[in-house]
Amino acid sequence: MDSVSSEGLSLITNVGLNHYLVLSTALFCLGLIGVLLRRNAIVMLMSIELMLNAVNISFIAFGKYNNNIDGQIMVFFVMTIAAAEAAVGLALAVSIFKRFKEVNIRFFEHLRG
Amino acid sequence: MSQTALISLLLASPFIGFLINGFRRKHHSGNVAGAIASVAVFISFLCSIALWIELQGLPKDARSILVNFGSWISVGGLNVNFGFLVDQLSSLMILIITGVGFLIHLFSIGYMHHDPGVAKYFAYLNFFIFNMLVLVLGDSLVTLFVGWEGVGLASYLLIGFWFTDKDKASAGMKAFITNRIGDAAFLIGMFIFFTSFGTLNIQELNALAPTIAESTWYGIITLGTLFLFIGATGKSAQIPLYVWLPDAMAGPTPVSALIHAATMVTAGVYMIVRMNPLFLAAPNTMLVIAVIGALTVIIAASIGIVQNDIKKVLAYSTVSQLGYMFLACGVGAFTAAFFHLMTHAFFKALMFLGSGSVIHAMHEEQDIRKMGGLKKYLPWTHLTFMIGWLAIIGTPGFSGFFSKDEILWLSWHSPLGHWSLWGLGVLGATMTAFYMTRLMALTFWGESRVPKSTHPHESSPIMLIPLFVLAALSVVGGYVGIPHVIGAILPGHPENILANWLGPIIRPIPGITEAEASTEWTLMGISVGLALISSLTAYTLYTKKQELVRAMTEKIRPVYELVYKKYLVDEFYFGFIINPLVRISENIWAYIDVRFIDKCTFWAGDLIKGGGSFVRSLQNGNLQQYAMYIGLGLVLTLTFVMMR
Repeated sequence: MDSVSSEGLSLITNVGLNHYLVLSTALFCLGLIGVLLRRNAIVMLMSIELMLNAVNISFIAFGKYNNNIDGQIMVFFVMTIAAAEAAVGLALAVSIFKRFKEVNIRFFEHLRG
Repeated sequence: MSQTALISLLLASPFIGFLINGFRRKHHSGNVAGAIASVAVFISFLCSIALWIELQGLPKDARSILVNFGSWISVGGLNVNFGFLVDQLSSLMILIITGVGFLIHLFSIGYMHHDPGVAKYFAYLNFFIFNMLVLVLGDSLVTLFVGWEGVGLASYLLIGFWFTDKDKASAGMKAFITNRIGDAAFLIGMFIFFTSFGTLNIQELNALAPTIAESTWYGIITLGTLFLFIGATGKSAQIPLYVWLPDAMAGPTPVSALIHAATMVTAGVYMIVRMNPLFLAAPNTMLVIAVIGALTVIIAASIGIVQNDIKKVLAYSTVSQLGYMFLACGVGAFTAAFFHLMTHAFFKALMFLGSGSVIHAMHEEQDIRKMGGLKKYLPWTHLTFMIGWLAIIGTPGFSGFFSKDEILWLSWHSPLGHWSLWGLGVLGATMTAFYMTRLMALTFWGESRVPKSTHPHESSPIMLIPLFVLAALSVVGGYVGIPHVIGAILPGHPENILANWLGPIIRPIPGITEAEASTEWTLMGISVGLALISSLTAYTLYTKKQELVRAMTEKIRPVYELVYKKYLVDEFYFGFIINPLVRISENIWAYIDVRFIDKCTFWAGDLIKGGGSFVRSLQNGNLQQYAMYIGLGLVLTLTFVMMR
């Protein structure tokens, strides 16, 4: 860690694949915990975005370090899906809010037949 | 009509009668039901006569009509057809069954007049006739066995006909279960023959029977025939399986006459006569049959002496007379056995119907101690019953005399016989004369002991006509089998028609010698003389010297009690077989079934149920929990992959 603090340039060059993966995993786990534990639908949607973006990071990292463009292409797909998912999810959240004045996930139970 | 059509009609007619009465029993009156059933049997009777005439037209050695309605079972080496064989033996048997059966149907119309279940009764009766015909005509042991079981079922249904009375219902069950023991042995016998001969067709089996006798006890033929004989002891009420027949008297009296005297109980004898070449090839089996038959004769006759129920006396008499038939089979005198089967069908059906007439007249009273002097009230019943009595005690000139003396003579004379068998037979004949005379004396003769409230009345013509016909047959039935020695002194030297008729299908007794007429006459004289003395004694004792009877009974009270209680055979069976079996079964139920098998199944059930409710609790509709499962699954999978 000494070299990192003494020389700013080496900070960037020394960042390897593992660093990205650790970041990605940390973000993914944060997102997962958010999905599992939070009751607010909007927060859950945000957590899902977090997980998707964590995956994006690892895609790009792998793509970069393997000199392969496929990872980056994959990210576009993920972003598209994420946008679609956010649109649908937010629409649902809005309709729940309109009905119950709150976006707690438990209101979705009313959808059960 | 063609032969096929005749046999089809013969079999179908009672079955259709059964169906009509069975399905429409609520829609017509008792007399209509009786008429339908009687006509159905009468049609069969006409068919039997027609078939018998057809047989007459065939050459002497080829008198058989085999009709095959197609294949029934064809598995591996086993081929069973719906085949029915009318030959010299079965043609006579179906004549007896349908003829006597028709008369008993007629009698039943009068006897069952008051019963609410009369249509059901006639349906069962027709069902019985159908099965009996299948038994008699079946060309293989399998077909025979179908009829064998069918008549057992009909017998069970008719014994327990008044099933609201628990005793009568359990008498039916006793008959059924006792028969089942015999049937198991019968099946084993069939298996033995199938494995060793590869066929169950009766004609083929008879043709395969070796002419050289098998001397060992464990040879195939000896074992097979022994097991078949055990089956016969069940159906034909011989020691040790005779116990059901006296109880079977719980059924309506015409049923006793038809099933438990004239037809079904003779099925065992018929089966042995039909397979006579096989039985002749196993002298050890023949010995067993002769000994069992002779013992049954005297044991049943001795019990018959002390019974007080008119039907019980006749029932033990039937067991005893069946013993004579088996004795005859055992000494190789198959013709004599069948001859006695026929005459017995006539006179015993007559006596049972006569007792039915008495019971009817006495308003369902069966205890002969409460009868006496009925001659005055029931002149026709008395007359016909007396003819039956003369026939069964072997009065010369009546049918029973010819058949019984033929059996006694051959049990002495045949190489398979022995003087001791003859001795037992004569002792049995003496006892027969005694108990039958006692029955006559206590029922019809002497002083009236009829309670004041009962007014006996003679039966209606429809019940009397069968009695007259059977009485006539009981007289003349014996003349088809006049023994050679008697025929020789009669004008015109009549031949033994029955022996000539059955000759081609019954093998002669091996090694039999020419009879000495003087010996035969002497033996005949001894048995007739003893029967005469014994009847006179019984007559005197039971009409005039009742006090003497009572005094004598007091003196030998323990013996009397023992015989009266039927030698405690039922108690023995209950004490040593049935009750231990029930107790063992109860223990098996309480310990093995309840504590082990039930526990295991409950445990398995609980496991599934518990597992199910646990898994159900996982699927609760909580989205976040589902997400957690996904996460956990991911973690587990990753762990697994990485650990590898």
